[in-house]
Amino acid sequence: MDKTVNQKAWFLVLPVFLIVAFSAVLPLMTVVNYSFQDTFGNNQFFWNGVGWFKELLDPSTDLGSRFFASLWRNLFFSAVILAIEVPLGIIVALSMPRDGWRVAACLVILALPLLIPWNVVGTIWQIFGRPDIGLLGYVLNNIGIEYNYVSNEFDAWATVIVMDVWHWTSLVALLCYAGLKSIPDAYYQAAQIDGASRWAVFTAIQLPKMNRVLLIAVLLRFMDSFMIYTEPFVVTGGGPGNSTTFVSIELVKIALGQFDLGKAAALSLVYNLIIIIVCWVFYTVMTNAGVDRQRTQGAA
Amino acid sequence: MARIDLVDLAHSYGGNDADPDSFALKPISMTWRQGGAYALLGPSGCGKTTLLNLISGIVAPSRGKILFDGTDITPLSTQKRNIAQVFQFPVIYDTMTVGQNLAFPLRNRGVAKSEIDARVAEIAKLLDLTPYLNRKATRLTADAKQKISLGRGLVRSDVAAVLFDEPLTVIDPELKWELRSKLKALHRALDLTMIYVTHDQTEALTFADTVVVMHDGRVVQSGTPEELFDKPAHTFVGYFIGSPGMNIVPAEVAGREARIGGHVIQLSRAYDKLPAGAAIEIGVRPEFVSVAPPAPGLLSANIERIDDLGRIRFARVKVGDAKFSARVPPGFSVAGESAGLVFDPARVHVYADSRLVEGHSLGGPV
Repeated sequence: MDKTVNQKAWFLVLPVFLIVAFSAVLPLMTVVNYSFQDTFGNNQFFWNGVGWFKELLDPSTDLGSRFFASLWRNLFFSAVILAIEVPLGIIVALSMPRDGWRVAACLVILALPLLIPWNVVGTIWQIFGRPDIGLLGYVLNNIGIEYNYVSNEFDAWATVIVMDVWHWTSLVALLCYAGLKSIPDAYYQAAQIDGASRWAVFTAIQLPKMNRVLLIAVLLRFMDSFMIYTEPFVVTGGGPGNSTTFVSIELVKIALGQFDLGKAAALSLVYNLIIIIVCWVFYTVMTNAGVDRQRTQGAA
Repeated sequence: MARIDLVDLAHSYGGNDADPDSFALKPISMTWRQGGAYALLGPSGCGKTTLLNLISGIVAPSRGKILFDGTDITPLSTQKRNIAQVFQFPVIYDTMTVGQNLAFPLRNRGVAKSEIDARVAEIAKLLDLTPYLNRKATRLTADAKQKISLGRGLVRSDVAAVLFDEPLTVIDPELKWELRSKLKALHRALDLTMIYVTHDQTEALTFADTVVVMHDGRVVQSGTPEELFDKPAHTFVGYFIGSPGMNIVPAEVAGREARIGGHVIQLSRAYDKLPAGAAIEIGVRPEFVSVAPPAPGLLSANIERIDDLGRIRFARVKVGDAKFSARVPPGFSVAGESAGLVFDPARVHVYADSRLVEGHSLGGPV
């Protein structure tokens, strides 16, 4: 069959191109532009080549040391919350009822934290943890546990982590629950027949059947926690000292606090690149797993 | 290895207080011999899967007891019942190899490693799975997966029975035949009691020594394939088994005569005490009615069409409003629509309210 040539179709996609250009491409190009230049105000720019990138990736400079410190801090934070939220989410999903009105009740309760705006979450925990008026801070201090997230690094970290776990475990739990619901009853019946213990049912059936949703959960939680800004900014403001200053907080400090547009632009691009690479790795792993599955089903 | 007795076993998914007519399985009592090959045959929704799940303990009965070798095991969980079951769709443990899949039921029961290896090797050999033992089970085709499921059902030597719930649904027709013969061979080799649920009469009749036909939550007949064919105890068995099914027509029966619309058919047995008020029907398999040129003394019929099944031809005819299937004798050529029907008196059965009535022989050939 001959394809009809109709170039008018281009006019139909043109609006999308324009919107994307203004919303994403042009701002990104501005950032790229800044990252190669230096400015001393008055809208005067000087060519700096890859100077900012060299400085950023060299830990011996001030910029580099701040970048790497916040990067390791951020990766550590992501690792901790993943290590808590994924197992906890699985446990919550496993202990959810399988049918009846309780399911609806559980789903609503689980969804609540996900619906709260992020800076409200920060504010809730900021007040909740205050030693003078916050329920948590007041109670902890009164039962003899010294707790102050403003002055103690450990307390600040603990608060930020518990807050993230409170905020996002639901997401992992909901995804896992969806994965569990898709397992046909026959698997559980077969496991009963085969005399499998509760643990064997988990490792042989539930975990393997959940692996795809778990991969998605890990990806989402890694991305979100790696880009976290609002909640720790509201609770600790990155302190005490720099102890809870994550990459995005550092970026805002450089860009808006010091108004070092060149340094901030270089940091943004590297930050962006890290996220894109991690996304790509996850995407590849996921689609490969999907291909495997399709291949076996195709053969079936 | 056990004899299984069902004592007044019944089940309703609506609970024990539900209307008895709505029970998925109406109360039954029966015995399954150790080492027997049974088929549970019936249409969808007749309660056969329910019965199977009651025996394996996946479903707890609303009433009655299940005995294994005389011991009441009704309250025991599936794990403790020592029973194996294979489901309609293959169940595979994704992360395991074929060998690990087969070993899983043994490993869970703490069987010694050497014994597991020996048993897995034996079952894999019987099912032609040996080349795949170290392959990941997820990468295999649906029929290989179902073979693994079958293997997991057969791998334990100490089970009271192996239950199959339409296990060949997902298998290609040509492989179906092969796997069914394999199951039959396994039954002989392993001396296990096997109960095979199916809605396919060919599957049931070729697999089992005893076929249990179920209809609407009841067992309507249990017997050898020959018994089901020659002497259906219920009109349902008559038309469910056989292809085409048994002809069943309302008739008036008195003594050794049945009347269909004024025409008399001789019977080989006498029926004197038919229950009053019951709906009386006669049933005869198409194999034992043949068409002949119309003649006085024969039941006259209109031929609607002839089905050539290769080995044998059947005519679909109409007698008044009743539809009949009848054998077309070799060499009979159909001239026009009219024909007469010749009955084999010994093969005509009488049913009252769908149940077979035994007639008395009055001596002479039956």
